[in-house]
Amino acid sequence: MKIYGVAFLSACYLLGQIIGKYIGIGLGVGGNVGGVGIGMLLLVLVNDRFYKKTAIHPETEKGILFWSAMYIPVVIAMSSILNVKAALSGGWVAIIAGIAATSCCYLLIPALAKWSHSHANQTRE
Amino acid sequence: MSGIEVIDSLLIKNGLILAFLTVGLMILVSELISKKVLNRRIPGVALAIIAALVIAYFGGDKGIADYPVFAGMALLGGSMFRDFTIVATAMGASLSELRKTGGAGVLSLFVGVTVTFFIGGMIGYAMGYKDAVSFTTIGAGACTYIVGPVTGAAIGATSDVIAISIATGVVKTIFVTIITPIVAKRIGLDNPGTAMIFGGMIGTTSGVAAGLAATDPKLVPYGALTATFYTGIGVLLCPSIFYLLMVYVLG
Repeated sequence: MKIYGVAFLSACYLLGQIIGKYIGIGLGVGGNVGGVGIGMLLLVLVNDRFYKKTAIHPETEKGILFWSAMYIPVVIAMSSILNVKAALSGGWVAIIAGIAATSCCYLLIPALAKWSHSHANQTRE
Repeated sequence: MSGIEVIDSLLIKNGLILAFLTVGLMILVSELISKKVLNRRIPGVALAIIAALVIAYFGGDKGIADYPVFAGMALLGGSMFRDFTIVATAMGASLSELRKTGGAGVLSLFVGVTVTFFIGGMIGYAMGYKDAVSFTTIGAGACTYIVGPVTGAAIGATSDVIAISIATGVVKTIFVTIITPIVAKRIGLDNPGTAMIFGGMIGTTSGVAAGLAATDPKLVPYGALTATFYTGIGVLLCPSIFYLLMVYVLG
C-alpha cells in the first residue's frame, strides 16, 4: 500500500529532524544542523540494506516517489514566497556582496571536483 | 454575500488546494512556452521558477503569500514540504556515489562557508561597513539569510546591518536559482560528485534545490544532502572563530 511508503518516508524525515535538532543543541548553535541530510541518509541506508534483499513492494515505493516528484512544484511555490522586494531594497551592498561571494564559490567548484577526482584515484591505487 | 465573496472565502479556506492548482498551471504554461516559443533552450522548470520570483516581487514580506487568497503557497513552499520532498528525492540517490564523494563534500562545506564569509565581508568593508561586527554580520549574511541574522544577533549588530545581511542572503538564493542552469555545463555540474561539491560550496538549501531542479532533477538529492549542513556550519563558525579573527584584524 502506498501509505506504507509515505509513513516510512515520514519516519526518516522526523528522525532526521530530531537528530539534527540535538546536534544543533549539542554544538550550542541552536536550530537544526543537517536534519534533512540525516533523513536522506537514513532513507538511502535502509533502502540499500533491507529493501534490496526483500525487494521493496512497488506500491510502497510509489508512495515515496510521489513526494519525490512533488519536489519541483514545492520549489516553484517556494520561489513565489521569497521576499524579493527586500532583497532588491537592501541596496547595492546586499546585491554586490551576495553575487560576488557566490560567484567566487562557483569558480572554485571545478577545482574542488578535480581535486576530489584525483584524490579518489590515488586512494584506489 | 456577493458572488465574488463566496468564491473568495472558499479559496481562502482551501489555500493549499489552490496552491496545487496555481503551481500546476504555472508549470503547464512554462512548459508550453519552453517547447513552442523557446525551442527548449530554457527548461520549463527554470521559466516557472523565474515567473514565481517575478510574482513574489509584487507581494510583500512573504512574496505572493501576503495576499490571503495565496496564503496556501506559503504552506506548499514552506520549510515542511520543502524538506519532506527533498528527503523523498534521496530515493533516487545511490549509496556508492555518496560514499565516493563524501570526503570532498565535507571539505567543500568548509571552503564554501569560509570563502563566502570573507568575500561578502570584504565587499561590505569596501562599501563603508568597516567595523568587526558589521564585517562579520554581512559576511555571515552572504552565507545564507539564516546565518546572517543569527550571527548579527549573537554579536550585537545594529538592525540596519542585520537587514542588509538578510537581504544579502536572499540575493544569493535568487542569484543561485537563476544562474545555476546557465553555468552548469561550464562548471562541470553534470554528475553526482560535482553536485555534492556544489551543494557544499553554495549552501543555500532553497537556491541549491531550485537551481538543480532547473538543471537536472537527478542531481537534486546529491546537492541537497551537503547543502543541508551548510547553515549549521555557518552558524557555528561565523559568530565564533570568524568574529574573533575579525576583532583581531580590524580592532
